[in-house]
Amino acid sequence: MTAALLDTLPYARFLGLQTQVNGDEITVTMPFDDRLIGNPLLPALHGGSTAALLEMTAMAQVALTYPGLRLPRPINVTVAYLRSGKPVDVYARARINRAGRRVAYVIAEAWQENHAQPIASLTAHFLLDEATSG
Amino acid sequence: MTESFLTTLLPQLASGAAHTHALGFAYEGLEGDRVRMRVPYRDDLVGDPETGVLAGGLVTTLLDHAGGLAVWVALDAFRPIATLDLRVDYMRAAQPGRDLLAEARCYRLTRNLAFVRAWAFEDDPADPVAAAQSAYMVSAEGDSRTGANLKPRRAKDAA
Repeated sequence: MTAALLDTLPYARFLGLQTQVNGDEITVTMPFDDRLIGNPLLPALHGGSTAALLEMTAMAQVALTYPGLRLPRPINVTVAYLRSGKPVDVYARARINRAGRRVAYVIAEAWQENHAQPIASLTAHFLLDEATSG
Repeated sequence: MTESFLTTLLPQLASGAAHTHALGFAYEGLEGDRVRMRVPYRDDLVGDPETGVLAGGLVTTLLDHAGGLAVWVALDAFRPIATLDLRVDYMRAAQPGRDLLAEARCYRLTRNLAFVRAWAFEDDPADPVAAAQSAYMVSAEGDSRTGANLKPRRAKDAA
């Protein structure tokens, strides 16, 4: 359950998410696609697609850092929208700020052409479960 | 409330754009000041293939979209809005195979901001899958540029 995790999740495939693993750090790309558009006038990506990218990136980072656990389940997520998402690729990375026995607290950021100008940031708690046998 | 806005423009806004079309979102109408949306269950919207539960990110998108509609209901008009932030609590897993409904209500509207609560459920709003609390920026009429609401533009900026 590492690099290929998101490839196994239907919704991550629906969004076209691509995972790159660099050492112990994951970068997830959401390639631009017309069906990610939420506002055709600007045009801008739907905030929900960016939120889902951030949440999936956080989940994949937890799964990579703590192998052997069941798929981390979100308890809550908070997304701050910083800039309008342009109709180009989006990248995301997550950092685990604290992981206890049952809960991980994760921060994630999404950006487009300029890493220093994130379009959205996420903070989230995930529930960690031991992998069920079988 | 203007009958024409709620009966003609709101359903069009509810159907959204490419993303919400691709997700199959459907407008279910108004319940008082609450707006209701549905996302029909689909296998490609699942977050965890072991359980068949719909993805958290999908629920977030549904609550964000329903919340935006609630702002327009409160405005009783269309004005550009942008989600400022959105917090979602996931209370329980959605039931596999079931459509998900969302209701949203704008409970406070100021000149620049709208405060919204929204919740997702299968049958009973009192037994929610998830609940959201969110804030939306509401564009000032006539000018949507950064800071347009703050003060008159200086003469040298006006070109």
